[in-house]
Amino acid sequence: MEKKVYAIPNVQTPSVPVRINPDKCVGCNTCVETCQIDVFIPNPVKGKPPILLHPEECWYCGCCATDCPTPGAMEFNWPLPLKPRWRTKATGEVHQLK
Amino acid sequence: MGTWHDYLNETGTPPEWPYPIKFGEETEMEADVLVLGGGIAGCWAAITAARHGAKVVLMEKGDVKRSGSGGPGCDHWCNVPGNPLSRMAPDDWAIQEMEALGDFSNGIGIQIQCREDFDTLLEMEQMGGKIRDTDDEFVGAEGRDDKTKFMVSPRYTRHAGYLAQPGWDQPGFNPPENRYNMTLRIWGSTFKPILKKECLKQGVKVLDRVMATSLLNEDGVQGKRVVGATGINARTGEFIIVKAKATVMATAGSGSLWMMDMEHGGYSSMFSRNESGDSSTMAFRAGAKLTMMEGSNPYRIATGLKHKWYTGGSDASYENVPLVDANNKVLPVPTQSWADGGAMFTYAGPMKDRVQEGIESGEFELPFYGDFAGMKKEESNATWNLMLNEESTTKIMVKTMTEGGFDPTKDQIMDYSFQELQPNENFRDAARGGGILVDWDLKSSLDGLYAAGTATFSPEDHSYAAATGRYAGRKAAAYAKGTGAGKVSREQIDQEKERVLAPTKRTGGIEWKELHNGLSRVMQYYVGAYRSEKLYDLALEEIKRIEENAVPQLYALDPHKLMRSLEDLSMIEHAKIIIQAMKERRLTSAKLGVKRLDYPNGDPEEEKNYLLLRQENGETKFERLPIRFWGNMKEQYEAHNQDYTGVWKPEN
Repeated sequence: MEKKVYAIPNVQTPSVPVRINPDKCVGCNTCVETCQIDVFIPNPVKGKPPILLHPEECWYCGCCATDCPTPGAMEFNWPLPLKPRWRTKATGEVHQLK
Repeated sequence: MGTWHDYLNETGTPPEWPYPIKFGEETEMEADVLVLGGGIAGCWAAITAARHGAKVVLMEKGDVKRSGSGGPGCDHWCNVPGNPLSRMAPDDWAIQEMEALGDFSNGIGIQIQCREDFDTLLEMEQMGGKIRDTDDEFVGAEGRDDKTKFMVSPRYTRHAGYLAQPGWDQPGFNPPENRYNMTLRIWGSTFKPILKKECLKQGVKVLDRVMATSLLNEDGVQGKRVVGATGINARTGEFIIVKAKATVMATAGSGSLWMMDMEHGGYSSMFSRNESGDSSTMAFRAGAKLTMMEGSNPYRIATGLKHKWYTGGSDASYENVPLVDANNKVLPVPTQSWADGGAMFTYAGPMKDRVQEGIESGEFELPFYGDFAGMKKEESNATWNLMLNEESTTKIMVKTMTEGGFDPTKDQIMDYSFQELQPNENFRDAARGGGILVDWDLKSSLDGLYAAGTATFSPEDHSYAAATGRYAGRKAAAYAKGTGAGKVSREQIDQEKERVLAPTKRTGGIEWKELHNGLSRVMQYYVGAYRSEKLYDLALEEIKRIEENAVPQLYALDPHKLMRSLEDLSMIEHAKIIIQAMKERRLTSAKLGVKRLDYPNGDPEEEKNYLLLRQENGETKFERLPIRFWGNMKEQYEAHNQDYTGVWKPEN
């Protein structure tokens, strides 16, 4: 069957301040309650990962990932223009966060 | 996974609003002490008022667990002369701090901070907050006291304030025996969830996700006693009315007023994304006196176009990490280290010029780096794993960069300060020094209204917010004990309810982001690097047009968008207050961050005073108070606190 294509407005920028691993997230919604600006809403299906409803309002405080009780369920994801760079002093090689 | 369109693609329908919609519904409650804003100051006010026997309600726009600029953490408990390693008495340090901060500081708040923030810190420890290196993780780091396990910071070791002192670049400038030991490194990321727990333990009624929208005056008359406040639930839209004998204003400043692009403003401001000037706006509408509203400065850190601390612009150098050029040549600037006595690279004036000249002559090659690898192992460990791991939004940076392969013993973080050539004059800090005029009880000019933390004029940092919050909670509880409930006006409540819900009556027009951007553009163009009467008038005219043309079209499709819309309306009021105050100040002043082309003389003597403004019958009234109007700090503090009993005893 052909995949349905919906008419969707442009995706907000930045759109994914955190990556949620659906295999590990237990949908406890701790992040939904922790986030002071309501980036997330709970998933209508109990036990499923929350939905990033207002990702562009994120101020990157990191509390959701810090306070997530399930290891590996939530990974912080800096937007491309904010990915930090560093250099190994001995070799001079410059790295950037993936 | 996790985005809105993922959900749509999976299920074929957009998600429904997950909370019950209660536009138009209302809940009413009563309190002895109502605290508005559940950040650091608000939590301390609520806990302390409850400990003093008051029935307390705490209203918070986010969730108290991690809300506010201090929600993620804090790495420094600054100006804590009461600590056992301090080499200066609190009253003496308070004077030095006040003088270092200049003419427009807040001597009342500073004195409270210096007298009581060590007690506050010990209460934090009582509740379970970590304030000492009890796990011996940082043995050998400079400033660690092996007996108390306190970690002294290099900040303020030689002088109050950040400015470099003469001789800062000379060897032997800051020997251990000459240090004041005035700031402690602490594990602040543990604090906020503990404060919420303590609020609940003390019986505080916590209203999470409720944005305070207005203060209620007795009989609904502007300028009369404050007898409560209204709020709106940011998830349900329910209107909340709290009648209170005393109210403590503890909401924050307005960090995004000059930030046109909210997407950038959101992720690059060091202040909470939720700041919107509500404290000043609400207090002004109620008739309280504000002061210092005319001050503003370029955002030196995280201007909205820049990176967060420590991953970029003005970061690695900011706290005890040497700054080197591409060839590992050390830059001739202080870095808040032990060697320079905690002095800061100010990114303005001769220091900045010296580095820029070096770049242009080829003496220093870009890019620059924060040289973690060049530090002693114990020092980089303390900087990376204690300071940065506990400081607000940098905790998550430490985690992601460590997982990404950064090693503070081998690597250097790139610093973009001189690629970006900050500061950008048009990205400003919205009168952060401005706020509610307070007296020695932290009471405003209105009965029943107290202020703490950033809501007060010329505020300071985290420990200031904590100490003043605790103090205001104590004073508000005492006031509430001796007074009856005031009479609220249903008419005032109904007017406010109509104002607050207006954007929900419309489904099209102008949404909150565009309105915010329009306002920010006004601030950037007319209230930026250069000022004049003409520019201020143009700003006020444009804001009037925004109010006439755009505000009546403002629409909000759900309670969250309503909250953001109300923030915009608050910022419009805040902008007007700020510009009116600026216009009244006919001066150029480095201290106030004003360059007026029509009044070029800098910091004239006759303008050395506090400009007060308040509203009466729709008109703005101005008055002046002399510099240091608070009198002798030691005597005044003691006269107002004869009943102060020090650190709270849990058995009470």
